[in-house]
Parts: sequence; structure tokens; C-alpha cells
Amino acid sequence: MADLIVFVVLLLLGYGFGQWAEKRHYRSIREREARLRRRILLVQSKYPPQVGGGHRSQLVTGSVVVSVDYFKRFLAGLRNLFGGRVKSYESLVDRARREAILRMQEQALGLGADQVVNLKLETASIYKGRRQAIGSIEVLAYGTALVPPAAAGA
Amino acid sequence: MLVTNLEIVPGRRIARHLGLVQGSTVRAKHVGRDLMAGIKNIFGGELKGYTELLQESRDEALARMQAQAEAVGANAVLNVRFSTSSVAQGAAELFAYGTAVVLEDG
Repeated sequence: MADLIVFVVLLLLGYGFGQWAEKRHYRSIREREARLRRRILLVQSKYPPQVGGGHRSQLVTGSVVVSVDYFKRFLAGLRNLFGGRVKSYESLVDRARREAILRMQEQALGLGADQVVNLKLETASIYKGRRQAIGSIEVLAYGTALVPPAAAGA
Repeated sequence: MLVTNLEIVPGRRIARHLGLVQGSTVRAKHVGRDLMAGIKNIFGGELKGYTELLQESRDEALARMQAQAEAVGANAVLNVRFSTSSVAQGAAELFAYGTAVVLEDG
């Protein structure tokens, strides 16, 4: 009986805080994405679209470790029985990727860069909970920031 | 030392290729951080301790790679890649590798 109560409490805590944290995180991601999109160009290609000459290049990285909450892990466990899309993990991975890219862009902006080229993403699951359920993931985003000569001199 | 994940450097010529250089580090998290992570696993959200730990480790791997590049006489490392793998429960390896080159002054 005590076990059941603990389980239900954990589930409710996970649901409450998890949903709240996710909503807040998404709001902050959307805000920053809208702000950064106009200020810094992000390219996946190896070759910059406009090489002006005299650009200084530097490696920039952004990383984040995000954990899933108890409620979502429980949902995913249920999903394992029936198969299909695991929506609760999809949002986790999506949030982590966007956050990592944003952090990388923020670092580039701090250097005075006007574009980041050759964006690469890497995902690793770093914490395995009980029954080998994936607890949290790390996403690393890295690329080369190109700093125009004017900003480099300043 | 110039470190970039491009294969070329805009506006500079590569004088000499010196081959692959690499740096790696294996890190384990300590108990305090583990405890925090356990709590975060209930509530969800970012594990700041882990983010920092991995960032530090990655910088360490990069520094080792640069030291190796310096040892072979390079002044830049191009086409840098990162890779992460969990070696054992609670330990992760961070690996950085790239091509050491000598760039002409430009």
C-alpha cells in the first residue's frame, strides 16, 4: 500500500512539474529562436554562402543535458507494451536539440559572429535508470562561427 | 591555434597536412551530482551539473587534441569532430579529433 502511495505521488509530482517545466522551456526556446534568427545566419553547408574574405573563424559549441520526468517515463513504459510513437520522448529530444543550437548561437553572437557554418549535432543518452529506461540525453551542437573583420578588430 | 570544423579556412592556404590528431577523456560523475540527477529524473528538466561536467570534459579533450597538434608542429586543426560514448555505468568518454595542418600566414 505504501509503495502504491509513493508511486502515485511520484507520478503526480512528475506530471505537475514536468508539464510546467516543459511549457516554460518551450516558451523560452521560441522567444530566443525568434530573436536570434534575425541576427545570426545558421548554415548546415560546409561552405559559407558569402565569404567576404578576412573572416575569422572559431569553433563554437553548445550542449545541454535534459531529463525526462517520472510521469513521462511511465507513459513511455506503457508505450513499450503496445509499440508506436513515444510522444513523451519526442518532445524531450526536440527541446534538447533546440536548446543546444540556441546556446551555440548565443556563444557565436558573443564573439561577434554573423554566421555559423557546418552545423553538426550529436545526441548521446548518458543516464540509464532502472530497467535500462533512458533517463536523460545530452545533445551537443557545434559549428564554425565566422566573425566579420569589423567585429574581429573591435 | 586555430580550431574549426570546416575543411578549409576562408582566405588561407593549407601549406602542409600533418595527419590526424585526437584527444579524449573519460569522466565519471560524483555522488552528489548523481543524487541531484535522481531527483531531476522525477521532476524532469535540465541537469545543469551534467551539462557543466560534460562541457568541462569536452574542453579537456579539445585541449589534449591541441597539445598533440602543437607537438607535431601544426598551427591549426581542421575538420574537428566530437563523439561521446558511455563506457560503463556512470562514466562517459568524450572524444575530439581532427586534422592537424600548417596554414600559411595570410
